[in-house]
Amino acid sequence: MWRRSASFILDERRSSNSPPMADTTRGGPFQNPDAISAYYQTRAAHHGVITSDWLAQAQAAVGGVSGEEQTVSPAAESGADKTFNVIEEFNGWRKQPDLAEAVAAIRALAAVIRASEATTMMELEIELKKASDTLKSWDKTSISLTAGCDLFIRYVTRTSALEYEDFNSAKSRLLERAEKFGEISCKARKIIAMLSQDFIFDGCTILVHGLSRVVLEILKTAAQNNKLFRVLCTEGRPDGTGVLLANELSKLDIPVKLLLDSAVAYSMDEVDMVFVGADGVVESGGVINMMGTYQIALVAHSMNKPVYVAAESYKFARLYPLDQKDMAPALRPIEFGIKIAAKVEVERSARDYTPPQYLTLLFTDLGVLSPSVVSDELIQLYL
Amino acid sequence: MESRRNPRAVVDPKVRQVGFFTSSQPDSTQQPDPIASESHPVSSISPSGNSLSPVMIPPPRHTSSDTFPIRAAAASAVSPSSFSYSSRRDFPDGSTTASPGRVSRGSFAKSSVPAASSLPGVGMDSMAAAKSSSVPASGLTTVSVVNMPAGLSEKATGMEVQSDQKKNSKPLKEKTTKAERRALQEAQRAAKAAAKVEGGKAPPVTSGSVASTNVKANKPAKPASQKNDGVAAAGGASEKKGGPSEKDRKKDAPHPRMQYDDESRVVKAKRRAVVKQTEAKNRVELFRHLPQYEHGTQLPDLETKFFQLDPMHPAVYKVGLQYLSGDISGGNARCIAMLQAFQEVVKDYSTPPEKTLNRDMTAKISSYVSFLIECRPLSISMGNAIRFLKNRIAKLPITLSESEAKTALQSDIERFINEKIITADNVIVKHAVTKIRDGDVLLTYGSPSAVEMVLLHAHELKKKFRVLVVDSRPKLEGQLLLRRLIKRGINCTYTHINAISYIMHEVTKVFLGASSVLSNGTVYSRVGTACVAMVANAFRVPVLVCCEAYKFHERVQLDSICSNELGDPNAISKVHGREDINYLDGLTNNANLQFLNLMYDATPSDYISMIITDYGMVPPTSVPVIVREYQKEHLLV
Repeated sequence: MWRRSASFILDERRSSNSPPMADTTRGGPFQNPDAISAYYQTRAAHHGVITSDWLAQAQAAVGGVSGEEQTVSPAAESGADKTFNVIEEFNGWRKQPDLAEAVAAIRALAAVIRASEATTMMELEIELKKASDTLKSWDKTSISLTAGCDLFIRYVTRTSALEYEDFNSAKSRLLERAEKFGEISCKARKIIAMLSQDFIFDGCTILVHGLSRVVLEILKTAAQNNKLFRVLCTEGRPDGTGVLLANELSKLDIPVKLLLDSAVAYSMDEVDMVFVGADGVVESGGVINMMGTYQIALVAHSMNKPVYVAAESYKFARLYPLDQKDMAPALRPIEFGIKIAAKVEVERSARDYTPPQYLTLLFTDLGVLSPSVVSDELIQLYL
Repeated sequence: MESRRNPRAVVDPKVRQVGFFTSSQPDSTQQPDPIASESHPVSSISPSGNSLSPVMIPPPRHTSSDTFPIRAAAASAVSPSSFSYSSRRDFPDGSTTASPGRVSRGSFAKSSVPAASSLPGVGMDSMAAAKSSSVPASGLTTVSVVNMPAGLSEKATGMEVQSDQKKNSKPLKEKTTKAERRALQEAQRAAKAAAKVEGGKAPPVTSGSVASTNVKANKPAKPASQKNDGVAAAGGASEKKGGPSEKDRKKDAPHPRMQYDDESRVVKAKRRAVVKQTEAKNRVELFRHLPQYEHGTQLPDLETKFFQLDPMHPAVYKVGLQYLSGDISGGNARCIAMLQAFQEVVKDYSTPPEKTLNRDMTAKISSYVSFLIECRPLSISMGNAIRFLKNRIAKLPITLSESEAKTALQSDIERFINEKIITADNVIVKHAVTKIRDGDVLLTYGSPSAVEMVLLHAHELKKKFRVLVVDSRPKLEGQLLLRRLIKRGINCTYTHINAISYIMHEVTKVFLGASSVLSNGTVYSRVGTACVAMVANAFRVPVLVCCEAYKFHERVQLDSICSNELGDPNAISKVHGREDINYLDGLTNNANLQFLNLMYDATPSDYISMIITDYGMVPPTSVPVIVREYQKEHLLV
């Protein structure tokens, strides 16, 4: 079940419109006035932790777009007026197994170019921009989606093809670049898995946090290459990602041990390296990832263990957080299992920011980079 | 030939010896072994690293004898250091600046210069061979060992003897070479005449030509190498310069990073100076390579000359005076004032007959720039602007008429000011206000123009924050910023830099300005900035530097010493308005007390969290990337 994309689950449930079968007994009083991150909600759904709020949102999302942003629906509706609806295309792509959200968006945008009826370059660019805005508003808290769309637009329009007299040849050139970008993004995981094989040696112990499909790909490839290693997984509360990852790894016959999130420092002595994925890579070279990554990076740094981040290049975003609170908030409901008094506040942020000095290397489809290269890449692309 | 004894048996405590010195060095009777003396140039290059351009690596020491054909290259490669030989002449006068290392370097260079000048007689092909080879060799041992062709007369042998003597007793070279030098001069002139007669097939073989194949940094050294023969720098140089006059003109403007502890070049620069500055007497040893003049002496002198200076444009003169008096300070203000003065220059310019606009205007601009340097050393932003302007002048199409060219230049300057300074500041403000949140306590140091704009704009956007202005003597620039902020109703606190660790715990962000950001991420800014950044880093407060991209430079600086600016020492000794604590007043000329008034310092990149430029918010490690992309852009434009 984990093979399917998280957002696909949302679609299935939405389309079937059947109530989810999971234990909703744990639903406590959660006041969520604003900004429940759909991104993390879908991940929660994927991992089988269902809340009543999720259900309400899923039902509200039947209209075709994410339910929490009411303003989005009109936009999508107006988009539906055209013969081509980028959201539908997006959803179509997301149904593919194993496809990341951002890649689906990139593919959808490429399809926008293909189906565009514009006759001038300006018009095409405006169409592209509008489609990208629609996609981005589908989930405002997803960094990779925003970054992927922005990078795509930048990459595609940054070509001298725009100076061609003939619109059709320019358009075909744009399409070519769009397809290429889509290809690269799709293959990104394979490239990253290949690059990281050198870093996994026989007999090593790897600590993994969060369920990143890229990291899973890396470990799978290593197992296929008959490397001997073992994996320590953090539990990853409240999503339970660690449990799922452990189950998957055991299927691949990789020795895996499950840890409490608080047992990381306890086990860090026997760890050789830490692998994490990323929700987004920011301009300073730091990463934004699931809550707990910063903690693990700090412990690893103080014990001189390398921290490797596996991230595709479309996750490079033009953000620059100065501290933990400097990002757009992404909240999610947390279940504690026992009733909490009404006056007790809960820290519900779903992600944290790890500064670049705690990271050793970034494995991307552009190669194995040091954190300071991210800004170089962004400058070269955006200048 | 009398032997010159080294009068200094005891090392002067004021002289800071950096490098590897043996205690037996100063003894004149002893023969320093070539290795020791050769190693000195390497080590002594570092403390007074004025001789070599930053990119030149000191030539490796070869002792093989097969280096004859590449001796010329060696001489030419070493010629930049040869000018320091002249400094050695001060040595017998008891000047405290000559260090043993310098002496040996001078000797090292001296023997190689005659090598260069002896080569003319050798033949053209050896010259060619020398040019093609890029491996420099040490001159000391090879000169004596080398197998001179028969064509070379007793001059060579005499030179051999001389170089041997050089090895034996360094102090002798002063006297021995006078006759030699004249002979060498004659030989050089004859060779040049011969070369001209032959149609100049082979390049003229003065050391000037050799230097011309080298990196540009050697050009300022050329006069020095020619000067080596003259006893007095000024007299020798002027008569020796039979070389082409364009090279002369280029040497007119002293190298912007000229090192001022070299007497000969200082004297030479003074000869051309418009501003008559008297050097300060009591200077800190470590900073002798920086210019320091008596303050207060130039302004009245210049004012009286206002109507007499024909070659100087009045607008440039005015700007220079404003720099001298301190009316204009701050990187952006100085740069804009200078560029606007140059706009006036272009407007009033008319091409003299028989001259091209490009070359003549470039020469004029260079002379104006040297005047401005004399008033106050250039800031890096001004250097970049001048480079841009010269580039634009050089790129003017020949076909343009004079008026068209002038309008083009004026609009270029206008565009530079608008794009790179004014619009850039707007972009910086736009980025920076996104980082200011309600409830922030922002600290700033001094009076950076970019930061002031950021704070005012954030206040307009109704963000709730308060400002902490940190200030320092002697300039007390923070008070100006404070006034302007308070006038707009921003909640401010004011303190001096000695209280920085006391207040840092309540600060949430630090905003700093910069005079320049260097390629390794080092921020070069007003003195005291490094302290503020360091304390902020210790308290884990993010430090944001606001700097326009035109101020970036590809230079790398590791400390605040090798390149800086010295201000008026009297400003330190006097406390304005507090007569009761003016204890140091009147002690400025005391031999036991030196005042050091540094203007800039270098902040390492580790203390900087982010640099906000018109290219966005970047980490300090991305500055060389922007320099690379930016250079491409402004050269293409």
